[in-house]
Amino acid sequence: MTAKVVTVTSGKGGVGKTTAVANIGVALAAKGQKVVCVDGDIGLRNLDVVMGLENRIVYDLVDVIEGRCRLRQAMIHDKRLPELYLIPAAQTRDKSAVSPSDMVRLCDELRLECDWVLIDSPAGIERGFHNAIAGADKIIVMTNPEISAVRDADRVIGLVEAEEKGTPELVLNRLNLAMVRRGDMLSVDDVLDLLAIKLLGVVPEDESVIVASNRGAPLTLDSKSKAGQAFHHIARRLLGEEVPFLELEAQRLWQRLLGRK
Amino acid sequence: MNFVDRMFGRKKSVGSAKERLQFVLIHDRTDLTPSELEALKDDLIETISRHVDIDSNAVSITVAQEGRSQRLVADIPLRNTIRRRPR
Repeated sequence: MTAKVVTVTSGKGGVGKTTAVANIGVALAAKGQKVVCVDGDIGLRNLDVVMGLENRIVYDLVDVIEGRCRLRQAMIHDKRLPELYLIPAAQTRDKSAVSPSDMVRLCDELRLECDWVLIDSPAGIERGFHNAIAGADKIIVMTNPEISAVRDADRVIGLVEAEEKGTPELVLNRLNLAMVRRGDMLSVDDVLDLLAIKLLGVVPEDESVIVASNRGAPLTLDSKSKAGQAFHHIARRLLGEEVPFLELEAQRLWQRLLGRK
Repeated sequence: MNFVDRMFGRKKSVGSAKERLQFVLIHDRTDLTPSELEALKDDLIETISRHVDIDSNAVSITVAQEGRSQRLVADIPLRNTIRRRPR
């Protein structure tokens, strides 16, 4: 096996990185892929609770890096799927416990274990961010259709390009179509014009995201919600399928009807 | 934006979001502040004026966005030279 290592990052906090990693992880695993999700937010771990695996933690990322356990011992198996694993972050340490070269080594080791490694980056552009992208083959920049999130996303895209990691792909989260129609929210096209990178997915604002995290059961486990479907589409695009962008098409149709474009 | 806003012609908020973002992104990406751009414009006018006659009030220097790259666009109108007929 040679896994693809994908890092989800954003600059700004609270845009939905952790939710995205959990849901894309579940969606890929539901497609029969072997997936390892890695929580890169050392000191502020959360991927464990979003995935509902918090009471199964024995070892964490820093234990692996400092040699207190073997890689496989730190991989918590999510039993709801045949091949989904989580490596949690250490909670009592900070970002300086890990270096970018540690992460490159960890990613190389993980590549032999699975099909996909999904890394949840911490917010910010400091050490934790550099650690999270160090071993990545592909970087997903996540943003919300909101001025501060888009600005931070642009900054992060610039930093990723400066590190010669290629141009990242965009996931626009929490899009509210009704607000876009009212002219009170940046549309998918607006954000694409501003950031000028390839679109990987659009996730509509959906209350069930919070319900799912309350329960520790990612939405994509049962795909009836709109946001859950959007994450399934992202997973299929990662697997190389051509999947239409439903939100984007709805929006463009609406603009054509209004004669705006 | 609701009906009342529309009645009073209040602008949709997405327009100002996009405009303001375009502005900050250009400066974030190029590290060029509006005052530095103004200084650059003055220097350019001075240099070019030494060679040709230009309409310095009509000079416009802007940063245009093309995908993820920026370019400096200068629009510098030249003054027509008045040819005096030799007497």
